[in-house]
Amino acid sequence: MNKLVYLVPLFPLIGFLINGLGRKSLSKSLIGIIGSAAILASFVVSVFLFIDVKAHGASVVTAFNFINIDTFKIGFAFQVDQLSSLFLLIITGIGFLIHVYSTAYMHEEKSEHFARYFAYLNLFVFSMLLLVLGANYVIMFIGWEGVGLCSYLLIGFWFKNNNYNYAAKKAFVMNRIGDLGFLLAVFWLIAKLGTVNYADVFAAANILSKFDVTAITLLLFVGAMGKSAQIPLYTWLPDAMAGPTPVSALIHAATMVTAGIYMIARSNVLYSMSEVTMNLVAIIGLATALLSATIAIKQNDIKKVLAYSTVSQLGYMFLGLGVGAYTGAVFHVMTHAFFKALLFLGAGSVIHAMHHEQDIRNMGGLKKKLPITHATFLLGCIAIAGIPPFSGFFSKDEILAAAYAHNPIYWGLGVAGAAMTAFYMFRLYATTFLGTFRGTHDQEHHLHESPKAMTIPLIILSILSVLGGLVGIPEILGGHHELHQYLSKVLISEKAHHIEHSTEYMLMAISVAIAALAVIFAIVHFSKKPELKDATGIAKAMENKWYIDELYDAVIVRPLEAVAVFLKNIIEKSGIDAFVNGVGKFVNYSSRQLRLVQSGQVGNCILIMVLSIVIFILLWFYDISIIRLVDKFF
Amino acid sequence: MNITQILFWFLSVLALVSALMVLLSKNPVHSVLWLIVVFFAISGHYILLNAQFLAIVNLIVYAGAIMVLFLFVIMLMNLSADTEPQKNVWMKLAGTIAGGCFLISACNVIYNAQNVSKEIAAKTALLNQGNIGLIGNLGKVLFKDYVVPFEISSVLFLSAIVGAVVIGKKEKNKV
Amino acid sequence: MPIQYYIYLSLALFSIGIVGVLVRRNAIIVFMCIELMLNAVNLLLLAFSKMHYNTALLTNKETTAGTEGQLFVFFIMVVAAAEVSVGLAIIVMMYRNIHSVDVNFLNRLKN
Repeated sequence: MNKLVYLVPLFPLIGFLINGLGRKSLSKSLIGIIGSAAILASFVVSVFLFIDVKAHGASVVTAFNFINIDTFKIGFAFQVDQLSSLFLLIITGIGFLIHVYSTAYMHEEKSEHFARYFAYLNLFVFSMLLLVLGANYVIMFIGWEGVGLCSYLLIGFWFKNNNYNYAAKKAFVMNRIGDLGFLLAVFWLIAKLGTVNYADVFAAANILSKFDVTAITLLLFVGAMGKSAQIPLYTWLPDAMAGPTPVSALIHAATMVTAGIYMIARSNVLYSMSEVTMNLVAIIGLATALLSATIAIKQNDIKKVLAYSTVSQLGYMFLGLGVGAYTGAVFHVMTHAFFKALLFLGAGSVIHAMHHEQDIRNMGGLKKKLPITHATFLLGCIAIAGIPPFSGFFSKDEILAAAYAHNPIYWGLGVAGAAMTAFYMFRLYATTFLGTFRGTHDQEHHLHESPKAMTIPLIILSILSVLGGLVGIPEILGGHHELHQYLSKVLISEKAHHIEHSTEYMLMAISVAIAALAVIFAIVHFSKKPELKDATGIAKAMENKWYIDELYDAVIVRPLEAVAVFLKNIIEKSGIDAFVNGVGKFVNYSSRQLRLVQSGQVGNCILIMVLSIVIFILLWFYDISIIRLVDKFF
Repeated sequence: MNITQILFWFLSVLALVSALMVLLSKNPVHSVLWLIVVFFAISGHYILLNAQFLAIVNLIVYAGAIMVLFLFVIMLMNLSADTEPQKNVWMKLAGTIAGGCFLISACNVIYNAQNVSKEIAAKTALLNQGNIGLIGNLGKVLFKDYVVPFEISSVLFLSAIVGAVVIGKKEKNKV
Repeated sequence: MPIQYYIYLSLALFSIGIVGVLVRRNAIIVFMCIELMLNAVNLLLLAFSKMHYNTALLTNKETTAGTEGQLFVFFIMVVAAAEVSVGLAIIVMMYRNIHSVDVNFLNRLKN
């Protein structure tokens, strides 16, 4: 059973190689089948692994040591335990659905680009699997970087559009900033503990000083900020909408952004030791959740709304991590993966039907034309809004309850954010699907329901979104919280909730009531007369994302550019260039002189030979005195 | 100072002076003639060392055959002092200094070795006596113990002859 | 005669040969200087041979020690004769091709 682990990342890798290398010769249908089948195969293996872990517990498989220095060894090792097997299911399961969906969504692409797309997609899944499966931080880092690379490739998939390339670069650079933090944390671990294996690190964590733990966890969190789009490194994620919609779904639901959550959940032993970091994680998570929720309210691009909602939901997950509700955060990752994949694929279906129109102000009344998309999208909206018994309710409620136990203010702000979530999601829903159609006649004429390859994944995902929460029904509602029990071996259970059951009921009721109110308000408000005018005042600030991009531009990018120009014009030209060219000139000149020695004249050769013999004689018979002579001079 | 020592010093000075003259004379023919003098002096040394066989061979092979060959070649090419190519002064100086350095350092090594051990300093070469250099004795050793190298040397000569002919032959279709 | 004198004499002859090789450009003179160096070595070999014989004579009146040294001189002469014949043939051919015996023309080693 153990060796089966290798198959999980191997299938996508093979799929990547076949599609990547054969992109000129394979037919489209074959490419789609290869790409999807690779993921399906690893999903099947993941299911076996999941069952195995459930029955027999965790295991670590080492293929070989790929860094081997004296006693310091880093193995190419995979760890399959409760946490990683759960993530495997999410990644491969949702990844498979997105692949199937993509075969239809990307069908208009040329065969060559189609293959490139699937190759990237498989590589993406492969990297993410590597990240999740790694039994030490270095393997995780390899996957971490691979995911960053693939996001760059896929966001810039339509590389002929320069704006898309800028978005890809932005994502890459932002991720690099975070990666640096991650890398420093790994080095710090190596310096202090001499190991990067999870098991060894967590076992030896006690010997770390308070400062070390705080520094390491903070640096890891910087990495998580970049990957999981938290303040201040979140701006890349909305721009990542430049890529094809299924890619957005993959990034937002199954891969990439969940990496940060996974990493912190994986390092929960370390995080639990540092109060400072935990508080910072919670505060940043909450701030991100609220900030991006306010931005989402005023966005008019269907994908941008979803993007900011992802940032916001990730904020919730970090809030959960910060208050010690690791299980809650992982639970939310899972349910969020279901409904966010559903929403993105639904949005993709809409965009497909509208011929790449993304502005919701030009939509409306799509309910009749796209019945399946509409129904599944509605289910996804309800799930994310947190209406029971849909999946979003359970996971969000668990985080909020833990936040309340930690600090009631967190809870208050969290509920406010949840209300905003419900509001903007139903604003999106109402503007898109209700009311009357506002697009051109041409678009109206061509409106059609998407093909089966797109609707079937939607239906499966909607079922998961509705029922996904049932694995984590809290005890006060009569459940057992299966997920909690399953993960209890790898995640430290949160501090006992010192909340009365009555209080908890009340909290639930309040959050549900507020969310429901927001939903009703949004539907009533936007279904009849959606806002079509340009926003003013504070709403305009929200529409422009609080001018955060402009702020970054002014504070960081411009000064950096100025420094770069200075370095290029002054330091580079008169300093480094002069030095480098000087070295070149010197070598050139001296070799010209030295060349004369090699005249090819026999006489010169013999002269040098004789002199060498003299030197040998001197060295041989007078070595001691010569050494003394040299000693005297130096 | 007996006659042997006088002869030793005379022959040594003669050899050195003639060797220098080989270098210094501008005309190649004079160089050859001076070299013959050097060979005669060295043969004289051989006789002093009572190696009569080698002395005779030296005269016949070197002073006779080889030097005549040299003379032939020089006359064949019609070389004289006028056509003699000259190196520039700096190269000459450098060559002289290099050779001088070699001589001084090597002589100094021998001089130092004398001081290291009395035994080495006391070594002498036997003059006028000893019969190992006589033809009879050498012939016995040559044809008993060293007969194979002797025969091989004849093969060497054969190949040298062939080589000389091949190289010296006029090329029919000259490039 | 002390062996040092022979060594000094041979070294002097040998050095004159080296200087000759270095300062002359005429291939034939260079060749002759090489012969001079060979003869210096021959002389030294013979001197050592007799020195060896002299040392052995103290213990054994009938000794033949040092014979090999003289035979080596003989073989060196053999080789030298062969060498001269080939070498002169080369010089003759060189003269025939470039009408000069200047070794400075032999700078093909450059390329």
